[in-house]
Amino acid sequence: MGKQINVALIGNPNTGKTSVFNALTGLNQKVGNYPGITVEKKEGICKLPRGVKAHIIDLPGTYSLNASSLDENVVIELLLNKNDKDFPDVAVVVSDVEHLKRNLLLFTQIKDLEIPSILVINMSDRMAYKGISLDIPYLEKQLNTKIALVSTRKNNGISELKELITNYKELSTEPCMNASSIDEAYFNNLREAFPNQLLYKLWLVITQDVNFGKTDRKTIEDVSNFKTKTNADLKRLQQKETIKRYQFINDTLKKGQTIDLKSAKDLRIRFDRILTHKVWGYLIFGIILLTIFQAIYDWSGVPMDFIDESFASLGEWVKSILPEGAFTNLLAEGIIPGLGGIVIFIPQIAFLFLFISILEESGYMSRVVFLMDRIMRRFGLSGKSVVPLMSGTACAIPAIMATRNIESWKERLITILVTPFTTCSARLPVYLIIISLVIPEGRVLGLSYQALTLMLLYLIGFGAAVGSAWILNKVLKIKSKSFFVVEMPNYKVPLIKNVALTVLEKTKAFIFGAGKIILAISIVLWFLASYGPGDDFNKAEEIVTEQHASDNLSEDELQQKIASHKLEHSFIGITGRAIEPAIRPLGYDWKIGIAIVSSFAAREVFVGTLATIYSVGSDEEETIKNRMAGEVNPILGGPLFNFASGISLLLFYAFAMQCMSTLAIVKRETNSWKWPLYQLVVMSAFAYIVALAAFQFLK
Amino acid sequence: MTLADLKRGEQGIIKDVSSIHIPLKLLEMGCLPGNAVELVQVAPFADPMYLNINGTHLAIRKETAIHIVIEIVNG
Repeated sequence: MGKQINVALIGNPNTGKTSVFNALTGLNQKVGNYPGITVEKKEGICKLPRGVKAHIIDLPGTYSLNASSLDENVVIELLLNKNDKDFPDVAVVVSDVEHLKRNLLLFTQIKDLEIPSILVINMSDRMAYKGISLDIPYLEKQLNTKIALVSTRKNNGISELKELITNYKELSTEPCMNASSIDEAYFNNLREAFPNQLLYKLWLVITQDVNFGKTDRKTIEDVSNFKTKTNADLKRLQQKETIKRYQFINDTLKKGQTIDLKSAKDLRIRFDRILTHKVWGYLIFGIILLTIFQAIYDWSGVPMDFIDESFASLGEWVKSILPEGAFTNLLAEGIIPGLGGIVIFIPQIAFLFLFISILEESGYMSRVVFLMDRIMRRFGLSGKSVVPLMSGTACAIPAIMATRNIESWKERLITILVTPFTTCSARLPVYLIIISLVIPEGRVLGLSYQALTLMLLYLIGFGAAVGSAWILNKVLKIKSKSFFVVEMPNYKVPLIKNVALTVLEKTKAFIFGAGKIILAISIVLWFLASYGPGDDFNKAEEIVTEQHASDNLSEDELQQKIASHKLEHSFIGITGRAIEPAIRPLGYDWKIGIAIVSSFAAREVFVGTLATIYSVGSDEEETIKNRMAGEVNPILGGPLFNFASGISLLLFYAFAMQCMSTLAIVKRETNSWKWPLYQLVVMSAFAYIVALAAFQFLK
Repeated sequence: MTLADLKRGEQGIIKDVSSIHIPLKLLEMGCLPGNAVELVQVAPFADPMYLNINGTHLAIRKETAIHIVIEIVNG
């Protein structure tokens, strides 16, 4: 075992930084979170020549070291904190050969921090196509660095890069330019006040509000007689710094890079003429959306059924081989169905992330942002809100995390608050079973009523999101600078490796993140439904057998009667009957009430809970459905699930905030309990009122 | 005149970006005095604007574009 080298991958967005990371680490990577925040932390191990190993960390993409988002803060905090265990021995700055000028800005800043740096010029396979030629020895000399020409698409240059990382000690730590000349007097003062600190580091601490170690902006202001400037002055200096850096870069590239414009070809213009067109652009986007939804439901049906059946038989199998007892029951009736409830969503989640990562990798997503910005702004949202609202149809959790690149806090907050209205995949099982019970099977214009109802529910969800955004935009008095800059990257054919790794990673995150909660809830539910106080529960068998002594019931029927009697007097049954008065006006009985209450952990628990409550032995939907169809309303008579109560239930699920994991994510992203509580109360109250009105009107 | 007055296909040169309303990020992406700018495409109501600034393609809103002073080179 040799020494492990700490490597940080840094670069602008859209430079293929993650492709370089994937090429270096392959499957030796893991994704976690930075402590206390939900910014993704990607790290991996790379084997270098001569038995050396490198620990590689893929930092969030950033255009500069001037942070404007949480993700970018992470980069600066790491680079400023020498004591961080991940502090890089060497920084690998990834750039894109077509945008070298812009990418070098970040590079010159990192050089100023005197960290040994390697410049990777990625996508070098596009050079001939774009008519670009580079004088590498000249650039290396001017920039005081070593350069690796890499093409992750053609798999070129990776071994050269590994060689450079191994020999990182030979790299120069000299800056390549002198940024302090933007205000000599000011920087001289700064140097005198803090002779032991790196000048550029101090400058970054003054201009950013980042914390690192013990030095922050305030201590600089407190210590000695050093006067800091006003924010407006600082901003002007930052502008000056940027201009100064570009001057240096322009001078360097004038000699080091030649672009033959005649041989440069650009497909982008032809694509964009159609894809961002005022009419065709929207039409194509609509068609893409429809295709995705269709594909998700068509393709995930088979694997979902397979998973469902597998877990059902696994439960039976466990019951048959283990000795009878509380532990076996917990395993077979609590934990295994609970796990099944997580695993069953893998196909949908995986397909959704497959499509989203293809849209992002290809560069199309930025065009959607461009097309939608004006429309979304009318509702207080941003063009960038489209991505969360779209991925919200799979799950609100990754969707809310996807709001991070929205620059304006107000637009971001509104997006976070309304995203849970979009119809997530957890609502789907509930919708499907209730629709099949209460909506007739006929067709209109070749479309079935049931399919139309489902589509209507998606539209209602989206409408609720946009409508509440509009209200929030009027109500919220938040002053936040709304600026909007979105890069329109080149169109690219997505790399299969990148797409596959994204899907794998996000699906894993879903299973372990949301999965833990679903699992915990199913265990708790099982306990509450399996135990109860008093004789009514503990002597259920005797009581029921006595009651039905003359009824001539078969053994099976008797067992079912006992089970439902037990349930009614279990802890969960007692709770259910206590809340019944509140939900009766909506057309529900106590069993539905329990299913709703347990749905606050995760909506998909609804069907499973009803399955347990109606004491159906198997998990097949058909039997649950028959059972539900046979339930009689205890007060009004007639079927419990009729048109009125069914619609009321559908609307309740469309609007209510029933997902603890989402609330937890909202708390983390907004850094306060205020917003998740607000979501919980407002959305659920609205759901209650709408469901009440629907039932009273329709009954 | 400002960037917001640029028409599709027209090219201009950026003259001044000193306004406090221009985010630093935009400068970092190459929106600097002396650089060439071209309007590639506009969304309905001419907002946002899809620009090519010195080889970097990006979209900004009209409310930002009105603070960027330019001069038209060919029209």
